[in-house]
Amino acid sequence: MTGPPVLELLGIEKRFGSVEALGGADLVLARGEVHGLLGENGAGKSTLMHIAFGLVRPDRGTIRVRGSVAAIGAPSDAKALGIGMVHQHFTSVPALTVEENLWLAAGRYGSSAGGPPIGGESGERLRAKLWEGLHPTTRVEELAVGAKQRLELLQALATGADILLLDEPTAVLAPSEVDGLLELLREFAAGGGAVVFITHKLHEVLAAVDRVTVLRRGRVTWSGLAAGRSTADLTTAMVGESLSGRGRPRREPSRTGPIRVKREGLEVRAGEIVGVVAVEGNGQRELLRSLAGLLPRAEGTEVATPIAFIPEDRTTEGLVPTFSLTENLVLGLPGDPRWSRGPWLQWKEAERRMAELVEEFGIRAAGPATIARTLSGGNQQKLLLARAIEVGPAVVIAENPTRGLDVQATTDVHERLRTLAREGAAVLVYSTDLDEILDLADRVVVVYRGAILAAPSEGPAPRATIGALMIGGAE
Amino acid sequence: MKWLRSIAVAGAAGLAGVGVLALGLVVFGYDAVAALGALGRGGFGSWYAVTSATLVRAVPLIIIGLGLSVAFRAGALNIGGEGQFLAGAMAAAWIGLSVGSWPYPLGVLAVVLGGAAAGAVWVVVPVVLKLRFGVLEVISTLLLNFVAESFVSFAVQGPLQESKGIYPQSDPLPVLVRLPILPGTRLHLGLLVAVLVGIVLWVAFGRTRWGFRLRAVGEAPLAAAVSGRISVGRTLAVGLVISAALAGLAGAFEITGVTYSLYQNLSPGYGFTAIAVALIARLHPLGVIAAGIGFGALEAGASAMQREANVPAAAVYVVQATIILLAVLSLGRSWLARAGTVG
Repeated sequence: MTGPPVLELLGIEKRFGSVEALGGADLVLARGEVHGLLGENGAGKSTLMHIAFGLVRPDRGTIRVRGSVAAIGAPSDAKALGIGMVHQHFTSVPALTVEENLWLAAGRYGSSAGGPPIGGESGERLRAKLWEGLHPTTRVEELAVGAKQRLELLQALATGADILLLDEPTAVLAPSEVDGLLELLREFAAGGGAVVFITHKLHEVLAAVDRVTVLRRGRVTWSGLAAGRSTADLTTAMVGESLSGRGRPRREPSRTGPIRVKREGLEVRAGEIVGVVAVEGNGQRELLRSLAGLLPRAEGTEVATPIAFIPEDRTTEGLVPTFSLTENLVLGLPGDPRWSRGPWLQWKEAERRMAELVEEFGIRAAGPATIARTLSGGNQQKLLLARAIEVGPAVVIAENPTRGLDVQATTDVHERLRTLAREGAAVLVYSTDLDEILDLADRVVVVYRGAILAAPSEGPAPRATIGALMIGGAE
Repeated sequence: MKWLRSIAVAGAAGLAGVGVLALGLVVFGYDAVAALGALGRGGFGSWYAVTSATLVRAVPLIIIGLGLSVAFRAGALNIGGEGQFLAGAMAAAWIGLSVGSWPYPLGVLAVVLGGAAAGAVWVVVPVVLKLRFGVLEVISTLLLNFVAESFVSFAVQGPLQESKGIYPQSDPLPVLVRLPILPGTRLHLGLLVAVLVGIVLWVAFGRTRWGFRLRAVGEAPLAAAVSGRISVGRTLAVGLVISAALAGLAGAFEITGVTYSLYQNLSPGYGFTAIAVALIARLHPLGVIAAGIGFGALEAGASAMQREANVPAAAVYVVQATIILLAVLSLGRSWLARAGTVG
C-alpha cells in the first residue's frame, strides 16, 4: 500500500569537476513503500542519497519533503525533517557502548537508551525489534557484524526518522540476516514509514521492494513497480542494451599463443586482453593481487614472469610521490642491468633512460628529475605504463587503469595496453566501468563471490549476460 | 641546490637560537657579551676546547644521530637512542672488566662490538612488538629508555659496583681495553669511526639499492611494497637494529674512550639531543656530522659559560630548543607527518 509522496528528488544534477555524477535524476518515494535504487558502480546512487541527506549539495534540482520544498544543506536539516540514513560503511564508534553511540546519533547525551519516542508507532515497533539481543552498555567493538548493522539502523532512527535511506545495508550481512532485515523494513513501511534501499543484489530487490528506480550514468533509465519484473529487465536497465566496440577495427586476438596465466577458472594467453568485471567486494582485487604475486596464490596457479602490475591507486601504491621520475622508474626495476651492478645503482644511466621515456610517452614534465607528485593524474599513469612496459612483461595486470583520466589520456592508456598485447604480453584488466572492459577486452571473466565465471568466450559478450553474472542473477 | 638551502636553514636556526639566548640573558640581567663570549670560547676558543670538550661531546651525538638517520629514513621513529646508548655502555663496562687481560687490541674490539650488540638487543623487543602486534615503536623504544636507566642504576649498585663498594660506579677499565687517545687531548678514536660511518651511510643512501629501498619504505611504504616489492617489515626492522647498534656503539665508546667506568647519569641526554641533531641535518649523514659538532660545542660552551660568566649551564637548552623548533618547522609536513602513518 503506497500513499502520498514523502520525499521527491526532482531533476537533480551534480558534477564533480569534469565528471557528471547526476544528470537530472528523479526519485519519488511514497509513504508506506520500500523503494529499491539500483545501478552499477558509479551510476550515482550514493550521490543521490547523499544529496537527500544533506551531505552533498546538488548543482540543480528540487527536493520536496512531504509535499513542500525543502532546503537540505546539512545532515542536521535532513534529520530535522525526519530523514535518517544508514551508510555503506559502519559509522558507530567501536570504543563506545551501544547507548553512547545512540546518544551521539541523537545529539542528546544521556537521553533514554531507545532514543526520543518520535517517528511514529511503526518506528517504535521497528526499534523494539532491532533492540533484540542488543544491550545498551555493550561496547560496539564486541558486537557481531549483524548486530552492528542493526545499531546503524537504530542510529538512523534515533532522531525520529520516518524516512530511511539505506546505502547497501545488506552488503555485510549473511542471507538469513538479510531476510530478517527486509522483513523489518517492510513492517516499518507498512506502519507509515518509507524506505529507499540501495543494493546490488537483484533477487533481494524483487522480493522485498514495492517499486524500483534504476540509475545508469547519473540518469534514471527505468522506474516502476517491481511486481512482474524479471531480473533480466532490470539488468538491461542497469547496464544498457547497446554493444560496445563501436567503429574501431578490432585487434585480432591471439587464441593460440602460449598460456601465460593459468588458474582454476582462468587462462590468459600471450597476446590476449582479458577483462575482469565484478561488483565491488567480490574478491576481484584479491584475485588480481594474488596473480601479481602480492598475495599468496591459490594452489595450481601458474603465472609467467616478469609481471607488470599497475595498481589503481597511483599516488599511494604506484608511485612514491616525493621521488623523482627516475627514482620511481628504478623502484619498479631495481635490478635492471642497465643501472644496477651488484649492490650499486648508477643514477646517470637510469636518468638517461627516464629522459628517453619522458619523450617517448609524452609525459608532461620538465625532465627526469621532476618530482612525481607534481604530475597530473594522466601523466602519472603514463609514467606507470612506461615503467610497466620497461619491465618487458610476459604478463600485465592492471586495476582501473583509466580511473580519473580524461578522454585523451584514457585513449592513450588503452592504446598502450593493446600494443603490449600485440607484442605478446598476456594482459589482464580490471575495471569498474563495464563499457571500458567491453571496449578493450577480447574476452570477459566475471568474479562473483570469489568464483571466476567466464562470459561466453566467442565474440563480444552481450552486456546483459555479463551484468546478470555480476549480480548473481544467472542462477 | 637543495643541500645549500638546508645548510642555510640550519645556520639560520643556530643564529636564531643564540639570538634568543642573548635576549634572555639581557632580560634576566646577565652580562650577555661576557656570557656569549665564554660560550664561544668554551666551544671553539682553543685547540684544547675543540678537541677535548667539543669533539668529545660530539662523538656520541654524531654516532647516535647517524643511526637515527637510518631509522628515520626508513620511517621508523626510534626514540630509544638514550636507552640503547646505556645498554651499550653497560655491556662495554662489563666486557671491559672481564677481558682486561686480553692482548691489545682484542679487548677493545670485544668491548666495542659487545656494546653495539647490546644496543641492537635493546631494540629487539620494540621490533618484535611492531612487526607482530603493530605496537608503535615511538612508545616502546621511549619506554625502554627508563628500563635502561634503572638497569644502569642496579648494575652500579650491584654486580658492577666498584670493589671498594663505596660509590655507585664501576671499577675503572684496565688500560689494555681503552681506546687510543690523540696525545695531549681527551679525544679518542671514536671520532674517526663516527666520520667513517657517516661517509659510508652517505654513499649507501645515495648509491646503493639498499639505501634506495630504505628511502622508498620511509617515503611511501605502500608504494614500496606494491610497486617495489620491498618487504616493509624487514626494512623497518633493519633500520631499527642498525640505529640501535650505532647507539650502543656510542655508549661503548663513551666507556672505553672517555669515562673508563660506568656510573649513573653517564649520559647528559645524548640519546635525546641526537634526535635534534638528526632532524636539523635533515637526516643527511654529512649534515649529522656537522650538526653533532655544533651541538657538542654548545654543550662544551655551556660549562665555560657557567664557570666564567656565572650563567647556569642549562641556559643553552634555550638555544637547543629554538634550533629544534625551527628545524621541525622547516621540515614542515614532510616526513614527520608521513612517518606517523607508517604502519
